[in-house]
Amino acid sequence: MRATLRTYFRLLAAGFRRGSAYPLAALGGLVANATFGLLKVGILFATVEAGGGTVGGYDAGTMSAYIWLSQGLLGSVNLFGRTAVADRIKNGDIAVDFVRPLDVQAASVTTEVGTRLFALLPRGVPSVLLGVLLVGMSMPTTPLPYALGALSVLLGVVLSCTTVYLVAVSRFWLVEGRGVEMLYMVLSGFLAGLFVPIPLFPGWLRAVAGATPFPSMLQVPVDVLSGRVDLPTSAGLVGVQLAWLALTVVLGAVLTRAGRARLEVQGG
Amino acid sequence: MQGDVGEPVIETEGLGREFRVRDGLRRRTVVAVDGLSVRVGAGEAVGYIGANGAGKSTTIKMLVGILVPTRGSVRTCGLRPVQDRRRLVRRVGVVFGQRSQLWWDLPVRESFAILASIHGLSPDRERSRTDELVERLEMGAYWTTPVRQLSLGQRMRAEVAAALLHSPDLVILDEPTIGLDVLSKQRLREFLVTERRAHGTTLLLTTHDMGDVERLCERVLLVDHGRLAYEGTLAGLSRTVGVERVLVVDLAEPGPDLVTVPGARHLGSEGGGLRQRFAFDAEVTTAAKVLAAVSEQVEVVDLSVEEPDVEDVVRRVYAARR
Repeated sequence: MRATLRTYFRLLAAGFRRGSAYPLAALGGLVANATFGLLKVGILFATVEAGGGTVGGYDAGTMSAYIWLSQGLLGSVNLFGRTAVADRIKNGDIAVDFVRPLDVQAASVTTEVGTRLFALLPRGVPSVLLGVLLVGMSMPTTPLPYALGALSVLLGVVLSCTTVYLVAVSRFWLVEGRGVEMLYMVLSGFLAGLFVPIPLFPGWLRAVAGATPFPSMLQVPVDVLSGRVDLPTSAGLVGVQLAWLALTVVLGAVLTRAGRARLEVQGG
Repeated sequence: MQGDVGEPVIETEGLGREFRVRDGLRRRTVVAVDGLSVRVGAGEAVGYIGANGAGKSTTIKMLVGILVPTRGSVRTCGLRPVQDRRRLVRRVGVVFGQRSQLWWDLPVRESFAILASIHGLSPDRERSRTDELVERLEMGAYWTTPVRQLSLGQRMRAEVAAALLHSPDLVILDEPTIGLDVLSKQRLREFLVTERRAHGTTLLLTTHDMGDVERLCERVLLVDHGRLAYEGTLAGLSRTVGVERVLVVDLAEPGPDLVTVPGARHLGSEGGGLRQRFAFDAEVTTAAKVLAAVSEQVEVVDLSVEEPDVEDVVRRVYAARR
């Protein structure tokens, strides 16, 4: 078992290093994150002001924390629906993964998580620093929210990878998977609370979002890390993240099994 | 080292695979592999040849459990490929010529470290085996280079090494020399010969290159439309279809066509008879005898012998069957 753990750790590291292979792409991502961050500052700060200083429980300081933390996580939480494994299924390289004594789902999710975690360095941290320096934000003053927040961020990143994996394995059945990816991209960003914080949603829409794993990818880690919700609530939210994680992992395992039975590796 | 010695490493019985393909609005069924029954014994080296679309890759995918057969049975290393996939792939090394098993953005060295971990090699075993492969395949010069920066020849050597890292019982190479220059091909073949001699590895090879089969394989399986069209030695195959080798000689000065060389057929001349080509059957005579006969009549300054290629052999077998 220890050998297996070591293998997955190596795959995580390989993913991390893969992320580091393209520094210019990371820089481009950071510029995009910062630009959209400033845009959100303009729109959402105006909303807070129009609401007389608070809206949906947010004031300028907590709104800024929401904006910059969510922008910072954007490179690490996969809200775009595209993954390396989807391409590998499409072009048949997945065959190579199946001739290894590994769990294909675990191996590809682990590698993907590694790449996504790397993005915290060139995109996550600078985005947050930019927010602190340019706009200022309210953050917790005790250590516990940070510890729980780090866990919640990690879970959000992993959950996005296990969920996008589900999108990827749909390619076992669909030769052209871009439709599903597009649908994922449209739904995930909105329901994860990327554009508008979920507390500002009308009640029915909040219920819809709550029935999906998307808030657990972005809104929840941001809420826990920024200390917008108290500790007991945070612990509950992390529990919800864990439940979604378990569900997507089980579903992914079932789909991988089913997909393998009908696997028709494309091309020679 | 023939097929009936010991447990078969590969054993298929009536193995078949059909694909349902959409053809416009209609769906039709394509039979890729059709009732294939073959045995490959431990330590054998077998060439698996056939035209494009004959069913070679489909067979390989079924042998390693990444494609479910629609009928028949298959055992690889005594295991059921689909059900026992993880146990099986510990004992098999596969190179799909067109697909990489290396981590594209990482140095070559990293891929081998990851693969060693995946296959659970002990640190000692990892070190000795890696050193052996790096040395024998001359990978030292690009060991720390990212895979995406390698030339095709370098990458193919690394691919073969990666498939052999865990010292598998069975190595399956799907077009390993495709696109390689003569020198790279030569190196790879020499390595495979030494590797097999040292470890007794069973080899199944698909290729378009008759040189690969000649230098690496003791036995040939030829498929046509998913069915076994020939099984036996390469020499026997050449005999069956009468494949001829070609001797090309350059003469000191232009001369008339030499049509009376015993055992050889004059194919043609170039440069007004300065270069002449003779076809001969290797079963009947030898290149040396043909050359001697030619030299009796004219002065030869240069020569080369052209090998038949797989395409040619396959074409002849197919033609004979129709």
